[in-house]
Amino acid sequence: MGTKLGGYRRRELAWLYLFVAPPVLGFLLFGLVPILFSIYISFHKWDMLTDPQWSGLGNYKDLLKDEKVFKSLYNTIYLMIGIPLGMILSMLLAILMNRKFAGISFMRTIYYLPVISPIIAVSLLWQWILNQDYGLLNNFLWETFGITGPNWLGKPEWVKPSLILIGLWSGIGGNMVLYLAGLQSISSTYYEAAEIDGAGAWHKLTRITIPLLTPIHFFVVVMGIIGAFQSFSQIYVLAVDGGPEYSGATVVYYIFQHAFEYFNMGYASAVAWVLGILIFIVTLIQFKLSNRWVYQD
Amino acid sequence: MKREKMTDLWSLLLLLCGSIFMIAPFIWTISTSLKDRRNVFEIPPQWIPDPITFDNYAKVWLESPLLHGFMNSLIIVVIVLTIGMLVSAMSAYAFGKFEFPYKGMLFMGLLGTMMIPYSVVMIPQYIGFSRLDWVDTLLPLIVPGLFGNIVVIFFIRQYMQSAMPTELIEAAKIDGCSFPGIFFKIALPIMKPALAAQAALGFMGIWNDFLGPLIYLHTPEKQTIQVLIASMQAMYIGQSDYPMIMAAAIIAMVPVIIVFFFCQRYFIESMAISGIKG
Repeated sequence: MGTKLGGYRRRELAWLYLFVAPPVLGFLLFGLVPILFSIYISFHKWDMLTDPQWSGLGNYKDLLKDEKVFKSLYNTIYLMIGIPLGMILSMLLAILMNRKFAGISFMRTIYYLPVISPIIAVSLLWQWILNQDYGLLNNFLWETFGITGPNWLGKPEWVKPSLILIGLWSGIGGNMVLYLAGLQSISSTYYEAAEIDGAGAWHKLTRITIPLLTPIHFFVVVMGIIGAFQSFSQIYVLAVDGGPEYSGATVVYYIFQHAFEYFNMGYASAVAWVLGILIFIVTLIQFKLSNRWVYQD
Repeated sequence: MKREKMTDLWSLLLLLCGSIFMIAPFIWTISTSLKDRRNVFEIPPQWIPDPITFDNYAKVWLESPLLHGFMNSLIIVVIVLTIGMLVSAMSAYAFGKFEFPYKGMLFMGLLGTMMIPYSVVMIPQYIGFSRLDWVDTLLPLIVPGLFGNIVVIFFIRQYMQSAMPTELIEAAKIDGCSFPGIFFKIALPIMKPALAAQAALGFMGIWNDFLGPLIYLHTPEKQTIQVLIASMQAMYIGQSDYPMIMAAAIIAMVPVIIVFFFCQRYFIESMAISGIKG
């Protein structure tokens, strides 16, 4: 009996390791090995045609002197203004949607549609909407307010606000769904108790709803910042060659240019590592700070 | 009660106003795609094209390699989703329902990969795939997906822990069912809703992916639909042919919207549960 069970367990273990082998292998092949290789080439000069040349910290020293790295980093961080704006909008949206009346699921679909739409298609349609002379937005501004709209994607000072606007339009639906899930988990007894104490709508919002949604706020901020650090596709379409005066280039765009247009593999890897470490540190800080403001029950 | 009704009404009104801003860009895109090139630059803009023409769709579909792009994207999605989902389901089952040596370490290692930004691994991966001579083929976009996806594994594992009682496995064992037998006959059917949710999200992620295909695919006939429409920008915006571009953009959106229409529930549920955004 004992040996029979032992035999079954041994076969089971073999199956278990077989079942978990592919993702582990995938992790080694497409995660760990590339990471080690990436560290190695970040200390080399390499154009992929000739052999890699050891350069020590050369790439890292070069990037400290590279104005464009700092410009693209500044742009990337600037675009994060969209995160708090998006949070406020999507939370308000979720509060409005958290009711049961006819047409509500249709409404959710409309607000959610941009989230699922391909980023490239969305970028192209916004490029047309933001056209200075024939675009929908400037025509709307002129017809309704008599304002002559700017050259949204053609002037350095307007590129980033345009990108934030597009980011808001395409992102609030996704966060709205998260907030909706959060709202539905708040027990109505809190509100009933507050009503008995005579609390108004504002008090209920600021003392119950917003604090109890802190886990969602936290998630949205963390994921938003990680996503913003990695934004690329919309930049590629909307800020051609980095936009006027490189005003729209993000760090990933900069890495892409160096790696796949100039074939500076070593230098691009060094910049990628700086970005990766930056994302790691910022995320770590957020987790450390989270116990000060995120509500846990 | 009356106050509730008033709040409903105000909410609906506000949402309606907002929805105009959400939907207008789409309607404008459709409208432009149906216009003759000469009617595009009319001021004030005409929402209903006069005359309505479907020529842009025909032209963009026939003249450019858009059909190839569509097929290439479809090939990647179908292969990666069928194999990748099965592989993920298998390891989620093993991680979720069984104990084995090094389990915790292996799982934490996998979770750790979620923290690696793509920008760090994209350069070494490119170098590796170019050594294999896989650049300008679909392989670099398919092969990594065949090894499963940690987000999917994590999601299904969580689902299995509550949806499949361990007693069920014990009972099947006593009945003499083999390990893969239990997985395919009992666990896989239980996972169906979770798999459907992740497949819907996965479809969107792969279909809409841009950076990977942009790096690897150079010949127009081999590109995915997203890379193709991005490169059409240079071609047609130079000639100010916005109707062509908008027709192409609509074509790229159609599959996502069809999948969304049929899997809407899964989309929104899995978004809310796993909170993963594309």
